[in-house]
Formats: sequence, C-alpha cells, structure tokens
Amino acid sequence: MTPVLLAQATGGAITAPPIAYGAIAPVLIVLGGACVAVLVEAFLPRHQRWPVQVALSLVILAAAGVTLGVHAGGSPAALTTLGDALSVDNPTLFLWGTLLLLGLGSILLIADRSVEPGGAFIPSSASRAAAAGGGGESVLPGIEAEDDRDYGEPGSAPTMQTEVFPFALFALGGMMTFVAANDLLTMFIALEVLSLPLYLMCGLARRRRLLSQEAAVKYFLLGAFASAFFLYGLALLYGYAGSVKLSAIAQAAAGSDRSDTLLFGGLALLVVGLLFKGSVGPFHTWTPDVYQGAPTPVTAFMAACTKVAAFGAISRVLFVAFDTTRWEWRGVLWAVAIVSMVIGAVLGLTQTDIKRMIAYSSIAHAGFLLLGSMSITEQGVSGTLFYLLAYGFTTLAVFGVISLVRDADGEASHLSQWAGLAKRSPLLAGVMTFLLLALAGIPLTSGFTAKFAVFAAALDDGMAPLVIVALIASAVAAFFYLRVIVLMYFNEPAPDGPTVTVPGAFTTAAITLGVLVTLLLGIVPSLALGMASGGPFVG
Amino acid sequence: MLLLVLLLVPLVGAALVAPIREQVTAKWVAVAVSVVELALVVVAWFAYSVPAAQGGTRFQLEFAVDWIPAFGTRFALGIDGFALVMLAITAVLVPIVMAFSWSEKLPEGRTQSGFFALVLATEGLLVGVFAATDVFLFYVFFEAMLIPMYFLIGRFGGPRRQYAAVKFFLYSLLGGLIMLASVIGLFVVSGRELGQGTFTWVELQKMAASLPESTQIWLFLGFFVAFAIKAPLVPFHTWLPDAGAEAPVGAGVLLVGILDKVGTFGFLRYCLPLFPLASQKLAPLVLTLAVIGILYGGLLAVGQTDMKRFVSYTSIAHFGFIALGIFAFSTQSISGSVLYMVNHGVSTGMLFMVVGLVIARGGSRLVGDYGGVHKVAPLLAGAFLVAGLSSLALPGTNSFVSEFLVLLGSFPRQPVFTILATVGIIFAALYVLWFYQRTMQGPLRGSAVLAALGGGRGDGPGTMIDPAVAAERGATGFPDLSKREIGVLTPMIVLILVLGFFPGPVLDVINPTAAATMTEVGLPDPVGGVSR
Repeated sequence: MTPVLLAQATGGAITAPPIAYGAIAPVLIVLGGACVAVLVEAFLPRHQRWPVQVALSLVILAAAGVTLGVHAGGSPAALTTLGDALSVDNPTLFLWGTLLLLGLGSILLIADRSVEPGGAFIPSSASRAAAAGGGGESVLPGIEAEDDRDYGEPGSAPTMQTEVFPFALFALGGMMTFVAANDLLTMFIALEVLSLPLYLMCGLARRRRLLSQEAAVKYFLLGAFASAFFLYGLALLYGYAGSVKLSAIAQAAAGSDRSDTLLFGGLALLVVGLLFKGSVGPFHTWTPDVYQGAPTPVTAFMAACTKVAAFGAISRVLFVAFDTTRWEWRGVLWAVAIVSMVIGAVLGLTQTDIKRMIAYSSIAHAGFLLLGSMSITEQGVSGTLFYLLAYGFTTLAVFGVISLVRDADGEASHLSQWAGLAKRSPLLAGVMTFLLLALAGIPLTSGFTAKFAVFAAALDDGMAPLVIVALIASAVAAFFYLRVIVLMYFNEPAPDGPTVTVPGAFTTAAITLGVLVTLLLGIVPSLALGMASGGPFVG
Repeated sequence: MLLLVLLLVPLVGAALVAPIREQVTAKWVAVAVSVVELALVVVAWFAYSVPAAQGGTRFQLEFAVDWIPAFGTRFALGIDGFALVMLAITAVLVPIVMAFSWSEKLPEGRTQSGFFALVLATEGLLVGVFAATDVFLFYVFFEAMLIPMYFLIGRFGGPRRQYAAVKFFLYSLLGGLIMLASVIGLFVVSGRELGQGTFTWVELQKMAASLPESTQIWLFLGFFVAFAIKAPLVPFHTWLPDAGAEAPVGAGVLLVGILDKVGTFGFLRYCLPLFPLASQKLAPLVLTLAVIGILYGGLLAVGQTDMKRFVSYTSIAHFGFIALGIFAFSTQSISGSVLYMVNHGVSTGMLFMVVGLVIARGGSRLVGDYGGVHKVAPLLAGAFLVAGLSSLALPGTNSFVSEFLVLLGSFPRQPVFTILATVGIIFAALYVLWFYQRTMQGPLRGSAVLAALGGGRGDGPGTMIDPAVAAERGATGFPDLSKREIGVLTPMIVLILVLGFFPGPVLDVINPTAAATMTEVGLPDPVGGVSR
C-alpha cells in the first residue's frame, strides 16, 4: 500500500486536475473577496472599515455577477471541473445568479445604518460587557446586556461591527459551492463554510441580546447535529457505492445487488441534514427561534439565501444520485412534504410575532418546494429554480419592511403593534400587503407563477394528492397573511404604537429590488422561466 | 383591441382616482371613467355580430398576444353572447352604484376616492373575467378580483366588516385554489392529449370530446367547487349573507349583482363545454343543490330579521333557478338562465339599494324597527315595491321572462326538479310581500322610524335599535327620496320594465351562444313533451 502511494506521489502520477477558471470564477471571486475583507477588518482603522467593507462587498458581488454573466452569456454546455468536484450546469448558473442577487439585497440590508443608529450589529457580547467596564467578569454578559442600551463610547458616534461583511461573503461563497457540488465531500465542506458564518451572524443583534444569543446557540447546536447526520449518511453511501460522487452513487444504485440498507440508510441521514438546512418540517424546530432572534437583516439573508442553497443541493442530490431509486424514497418524502406544509400552515396561524410567522410561512413554502425537488423531471427542476428565485426576493423584501417598523425598544415585531399601520404609513402597508399576497400565491405576483410552475411539474409527475394537500395548505396559510393585512388596514392604531422609520438608501434599494422582482416575475415571468428551463442537473 | 381598452379603462381610472385628495373631483373623475366604459360597451354591443355568432363564430372582437409561453398561456380576450350581456350589465350598474354611493356615510378615516377607485378596479377585473378566452388568464382575473372586493367590504363595510371580509376572502380563495388544481390538471392533460400544454379555450374545448370521463369528473369538480362557492349554491353559501350584510350598499350591489354571476358564468363557459361528459353525469347532483337552494334560500329569506341578509338569501334562491336552467341542458333553459343573470343584477341590485336607503334613514338593519314607511316616504315605498315585485317575478317585470324561460326549458328534461323549483315561487311571493307589508304598510311604528321622526322610542313591536344611538341621532326625520336618489333608481325601474316587455334584443344576443353551448355539451334539445 505504502509503496504504491509513494510511487504515485513521487512519480507524478497525481496530476493537477484541469480547472475551468472561467466557469467557476464567480465562486473564486466571492471567496477570495471574503479573504480580502478579513484583511480589511484587520488592518484598517475602525472608522474607515464600514465604507470600505460596504464598497468592497458590492464590488465583489458585482464582479462575480459580471463573470457569471460573461460565462452564461455564451450559453455554455454543462461541465464538471476541479476533478468533477463542481458541476457548472444550467441550474448551477441559475442558482448562482439568484444567490448573487439575493446576496446583494442582503448586503444592502446589512449595510444600512440609518434604520438602527449605528447598524443592527454589535461585537460579541463578551467584549461589550468588558467595554462596559468593571463588573464584566462577575455578571453573565447576556443578562447584563439585556438592559444595556449604550451604543458605543460616550460622545462618539455609534459604530457598527463590520466583520459581518466577510461573514456574509464567506457564507455566500459556501452556498455557491454547495449548490454546485458534484460530490458529497465537497458538499459537506461547502455546508460547513456556509453554516459557520451564519451561526456567528445570528448572535450579533444589537438589541434583544439574550434572544439573539439563544438563537445563535440553538442554531449552532442543531446545525452541528444536522452536519453530523449528513456526514454519517455520506459515510454509509461511500460504503455502498465506493465513491462520494453523485453520479457514481446513481450508477451503483442502478444495477447492483449491494445492500439496500446502506443506500437508504445513507440517503435518509444525508437528506435529514439537507432538510434541516432548508427548514423543512419536521426538521424545522430551529427556524422560528432563529428567525426571531437573529438581527433582521441576517434573518433576511438566511431566509432567502440559505433556502436557495439548501434546495439547490436537495434537488441536485435527488436528481443526480437518486433518480433511479425514486420509487423507493418518494413515499417518505411525500410524508415529509405533507408534514412540513401542515406544520407551517397550521402553526403559523397561532403566531403572534411577525418574524416567527414568516418563519412558519417559510416552513410551509419548504414543503411546496419539496414537491418540485421530488419531481425528477426537467419541469420539476425549472419549477423549483423559479420558485427559489421568486420566494427569495419576496422574503428579502418582507424582512426589509419588518426592519422598518420600530418603537423605542427596537423592532416592533409583535403583531398587535402592526395594527392600523396603513393609516400612518400607507406606502409601507401597501408594499407589505403586496408581498404578503405574493407569499399567499395570489395571481399577478411571483408567488402564483412559482406555485403554478412547481405544482404543474408535480402533477405531471404523478403527485396529484400532494398537490391537493399543498393547495389546501396554501388556503390555510393565506389566513395568517390575511390577518396581517386586516391588522394593518382595518384596525385602529394603538396610541403608543410603533413608528415607521424612513429607510436609508440601502434598505430602500433592497426593498425596491425585492418588490420589483416579485411584481415582474408575476406579470412577465417568461425570461426567468426560460433561463430556469435551460437544462437539468448534470452529474 | 376594443376589449383591451375596455379592460384597461377602469383599471387605469382606478389608479388615477385613488391618489386624488379632493374628494369631489375624485368622484367626478370616477363617474366619468365609468361612463366612458359604458359608452365603450355600447360600441362593443353594436360591434358584436349576431349573425356571425349564429354562423358558428365562437368568439368575437378577439385580441391575443403571447404571455407566458412556458405555460402555454396567452393574453387572449374575446366575447360571446354570454360575455357581452355580462359586460353590459356590469357597465350599466357601475355608474349607478357610484351615483348611489355619492354621499355614502363611510367609516371614520376612509376616503371616498379610495371607495370609488376600488369600485373601478373591481369593474376592470370583472371585464377581464368575462372577456378572457384563456383559462389561465381567467383564473388570474378570477383571483385578482377578490382583492378590491375584500378591501371594499373590509374597509368600508358595517360593524362586523372584518369578519365578513375575511370570511369572503377565505371562502373564495379556498375555492380558487381547488380550481387551481383543476387548472393545472387541465394544462397537464392537454399536454398529454395535444402534445403541448395549452390554456386556449377553443383548443381545450376541441380536446373535451376525447377526454375520458373519470378525468373529466375530477377536473369538473375542481372548477365546480370554485364556481359553486362564488355563485353561491347551498351548501357553499354561508359567506354571502355575512358579506352582503356587512358590505357597503354600493359594494353589495356589485357583489350580489355581478361578482356572484361569475360563478354561474363559469358553469356555462367552463364546466359545460370543457367537461361535457362530467356535466351530464353530475347534473343530478347540481340540480339537487340548485333546488335545495331555491327552497332553503326562500325559507330563510322569509325568516330573516336583518334587511340586508334578507336580500342575500333571496339571491341564494335566485341562484338556484339559474343553476337549474344551466344544468337542465336545453337552449331555452340556458338562455333563460343567462337572461336571469342579467335580470337578477338589475332587480336584486335595486332591492339592495332601496333597502340601503331605508337603513340610511332609520339607522337600523332590523326589519322589526320599521313599519308604515309608506306614510312618510311614499316614493321610497313605491320603489321598494317595484324592486320586490321584480324580485318575485311578477309578469311584466324583467324577472318573469327569465324565470318562465328557465322553468319552461327545464321541464321537458327535468320535470321533477322543475316542479319542485316552482314551489320556490310561492316562497318568493311570501317573503317579498310579507316583508313589504311589515316595513312599509300600516300605521307608523318601529323604533327606528319613530326615533327618526322624533317621537321617542314608541311602543311599536320593534325595539331592537339601541336607545342611546337613537337619542344621539335625534330627530333626523324620515325624508322621502331625494332628487339624486330618484335619478339613481329611475334607470333601474326603466330597465326592469323594458326588459320585462322587450327582452328580445338581449335574447337575440344570448340565443346563438346558448345553442353553441348545447352543441358543445353534445346533447340535442328535448323536443316537447317529457323526454326520458
């Protein structure tokens, strides 16, 4: 054994795989840019960091977008590169574009300093407790920070913690790798690259420290658990197929008398890890807490981009690796989809906090998305991709709007505080109504087109009962979206109700982007649908 | 092109009216838009060629551009006789509704520009619903139509408006989503049958003959539930009394007069031609529901104590007649049903308005709070009587023609259901006349009337009005119809009489399409006698 390895090493038997730099340039730019951002954080003086980081992030995203456009503009054939570790096919390109655009919107929300003076982020609580002086060691930092409304050094303008920008870029780079990963090991590494920054970002909220930290810890613990599941599943599948490549697993499953236990045990564990990231019920329990606790711009980032990444990966795994065994696993995923839709729709009804409500809505939407992922057809793939694009932008804008409704204690996220908002701010109420109708799937919004695309694919692939369940769940879910509209328009405002902050340019831009995309995809979706249906996953 | 203009004028008008701050200007602009729309519909009426329809042209004034090729859907508009008469009644009612709502007392903080803009938006979307010849496009308008009506009820309605609005929205949305399942199913099935999925109505209709019956039944049921909720047929009706009672009167007229007709229009345009086998198979079920609706709606109307709910229940009974005519499958009964849809818009619309006028004067919705109104407001009582008689289908009024046609056309094929339905006419006489007698005739009585006249609470039978409210209102008097109100009600009365004596022109438009629908269903007309 050893001599062979030695011979390979010394004899030059291992050659560097060819790399299609043009195709994977967007990922390289985002990850490389993230490294630069870390250096900026380290070497620039504090007061220069924010403008530099914002500009750098935007430039990186723009550059990645341009290279992506250049590559995709030549309508390239699907290719695998880096020794088949990454697959740059049409879904990958579409998802990269989606992620970059959603990342742009999220960065804009994160960068805003006008809504929350000094931005929504602070350094970790421990350092704040120390900065607050003296008794930092004796008191638990979180408890002390709960009532601490001191936003910085006395006499100086509040500062914003800017390390959130490299975090976001790393997470985004991880997501882009995640959706393109052609073997399970790459996928796992990408999963960690995208997860770790998210765990940290969850805990950065300037207000409601305890809630934010609880969210971070909960997300981290459960996420670590899910990663372990994923890894275990990966190991079983390697044992089954002798390879971690998705296409090799498909080949092994197609014609072999190997133990199905390994295959399906591995699939189950693997999928649990992925479903967790996609916040599909019953693996959703972290979602409401984390959505509620995380700073709202980060919630927007997670809700939009993580969903895209997770479902991109789920679809790829199912399409490429488990196409041939679909009749074996489909029953289980049927059950999962139903559970997710029912949990999302029914528990959403009982929520009193708007961020939790949107979290349950995202669980219901995850169920709908799973319908598309389960349809192993070209329509299924294109429907899922389109759904992700549509849902991502709507959610982004929803959280942008939520971040604007504030009272003295920060965001007024309790539903009762939204009463009569239409009277104080008709524009904001109108925008929110439109977005909620999009989430409910009313025609002329992107939500309807997306639902149509996914449900048509599912029906065509023999999932009629599931489509019926999905439509009923949509009707139930519509009730809680409607409740917010009722509150905003038909109720009298509370006397000490929240005020609507006039958003700064960044937040305005992000919300406008989300609303425009939601509207355009509802009225003239042909372009995006055409791009989504350029071809299926290639392993 | 004309249809596109017809669609856009009210929608653009709504967008123009909404931001106007000066309320009177807003109202005039809205009325002007609706009058322009009416003029355009008149143009469409004359542009529509009856001989061409007789010659087999299914849709006229067509306009189509590709919309979403991936879904096989086109932005396609076109009208047949059914759509034309529905457009006409819509365009006639909207200006009348606006004139009626001119000085409507709105809940605090609501503006009339908002109200008028929503009415215009509803009108535009209704035009889309009636003119769409692409099933996907129809679905889009069908759902979008909910939103302005939801806000009309929820923002401008009575005390329980929130509950009513949400109930209305959820019922309709649930129906719509079930229909969406069928719409998607139709797309998938057409993909298999025709090689490429399409939503073009004409293509789908051609495909209908070759669809297996079981598929047709599933798809039919999806559409049927949505339309039965919209129409509404018993047992899907419970939202209507709430929505009708809480809606502001103007919106209520639109809701009951036109919006609900989308359900019966849907039966005719989508259920019958696209799923002929299923329609025939399930006709007994629908007919049963229809007759139950006639009797049950009539019975409940007799027992109502709330005037607006009363009008809603009379509507449920009338919708039973319309459904009976549609699913009795004869040219005569279908023509009768379509004419009924028009007439019901006029007569129930007028009944709604008159009841609204009474309520505005007395400040109470309860029947028991009124009595002897004829003594103080004879014109109002007279208008009430005309609307009521039209509603019970007295010969000489519009409804008589349509009800008679429905019963006449239905009898040969469905004698039992027709005979049962005829019993409903007795109920109609009972609920209208008794209602009229209680509120309009006899000595002045009822707390609302007496309070309005300044005579204190009185000792009449009705004591339901809140004394505090009555005291606060003070003696407002119980004035007879104002000039504006006379102006609003006169065209309705004229319509009732004209359509009662000369239904010919309208029937000429309806008949060829009814015959075409019969061909699409694939059943011959029953000839005389009782067919077995």
